[in-house]
Amino acid sequence: MELLTPGIGLIFWQTVIFIIVFIVLLTFAWRPIADALKAREGFINDALKSAELAKEEMAQLKEDNELLLEDARKERDHILKEALAAANRIKEEAKADTSKIAEKMIADAKSSIENEKKAALAEVQNLVAEISLDIAEKVLRKNLSGDKAQKALVDEYIKDLKVN
Amino acid sequence: MDEGVNHKRANLLKITVLSLVIILFNSPLAVAAEETGGAFNPSELINHHILDAHEWHFFDGHYGTLFLPVILYSSDKGLEVFSSSNFYDEHHNIVEFNGYKYEHGHILPLAEGRTVIDFSITKNVAFLFLNATLMIVIFLAVARGYKKRPREAPKGIQSLFEPIIVFVRDDIVKPNIGPKYERYLPYLLTLFFFIWFGNLLGLMPGAANLTGNIAVTGVMAIITFLFTNFSGNKTYWGHVFNTPGVPFALKFIIVPVEIIGVFTKPISLMIRLFVAITAGHIVILSLISLIFIFESYMVGFASTLIVVFITFIELLVATIQAYVFTMFSSLYIGLAIEEHHEEHH
Repeated sequence: MELLTPGIGLIFWQTVIFIIVFIVLLTFAWRPIADALKAREGFINDALKSAELAKEEMAQLKEDNELLLEDARKERDHILKEALAAANRIKEEAKADTSKIAEKMIADAKSSIENEKKAALAEVQNLVAEISLDIAEKVLRKNLSGDKAQKALVDEYIKDLKVN
Repeated sequence: MDEGVNHKRANLLKITVLSLVIILFNSPLAVAAEETGGAFNPSELINHHILDAHEWHFFDGHYGTLFLPVILYSSDKGLEVFSSSNFYDEHHNIVEFNGYKYEHGHILPLAEGRTVIDFSITKNVAFLFLNATLMIVIFLAVARGYKKRPREAPKGIQSLFEPIIVFVRDDIVKPNIGPKYERYLPYLLTLFFFIWFGNLLGLMPGAANLTGNIAVTGVMAIITFLFTNFSGNKTYWGHVFNTPGVPFALKFIIVPVEIIGVFTKPISLMIRLFVAITAGHIVILSLISLIFIFESYMVGFASTLIVVFITFIELLVATIQAYVFTMFSSLYIGLAIEEHHEEHH
């Protein structure tokens, strides 16, 4: 039965000591420990979260880079295409220009030839006229020396003309 | 590989030695038999071990007993302090001293009609000091670890106790009390470690049966009772004095039951721990007493094996009882501060 009857002394000491232990540990152990644990858990959580965020950002960045690359590639293709087209156009234009110039040159040449021809013909005509005049003069000078002589002379001059 | 095996072997050796020490020292100080004049009296032996005393007896002989101070208070003589060794003569016989006699662990006044209150540093009180000192030293060291290495992984003694502290917080206190747990966490941590350390120290050789003493468990139960009822909110008291959802006529039955329930909660806490620890000690001591009753090698061998087994179970019980006491305390506090939920029904 003694087992079931609490002693006053022990109740007193247990109360006093338990409360002292409680207050000492509350102030110097449990509060600092609980705060430190909480702070550390918060810190770890934050670190994990920011790592996750960094990972996401990295993925985003990578995606962006890929997009940029894709864009750049498209742009390059576009530029290349345009350049090719431009080159072709220029080539075509150049070809067209060249043929035009050539035609023009040919035309010019033709016209100049024509002119030369005309000039030459004019000259020939002048020359013929001069020669005719000369002949006429000579004929006139010798008109009195018989028909035969005149005829021979004319023939001679005509022969000369033919040679020319 | 070799290192691992050696390590395991060393651990096994440690456990074996530890168990042997526990068994040897718990063993019935064979001399106890001599004290009773030859005939071995197991109930006396067991009582001697589980009850309080004014001296701390480790072994027989001149230095085997630590005499603890006796502190008495009486209205006529005031405070009296003297050593309990005064109750013994040089042949270790009990004598009267200063108007007091020492009988079965109690100090009684010789004069008729005098009453005296005993505030002595008994074996349990001394053990209480030891337990308190150990707790303060250990947990201040743990707290120092957090101060020294904030936000870093725990180290040394800090890493030994951190998982236990976190276990108490996350698995005992938080689920039972809810979001306001932080106010009660320090008390419940103190409670858990006080009981756990007390239980484990009580299993040590020559130790006092501290947490198996009804005064000790009673005080802790009363503190939980005070915490519970002083934090009780409107819902809690409403539940006790005007149980909702019960027909008026039934309230005459329910309300007294609820009021009794307020008091049975701490009483169950007090008795559960006291019984679990004391019963464990009694079982171990009874099994050891068997050896001295039968005085047979066979019984000795069998008894020792069973005692080893029971001692391991006691180690488990020490932890479980600390867990249960803390868990129920949290539960009672949690019920007292729970917000009103009736409208959901």
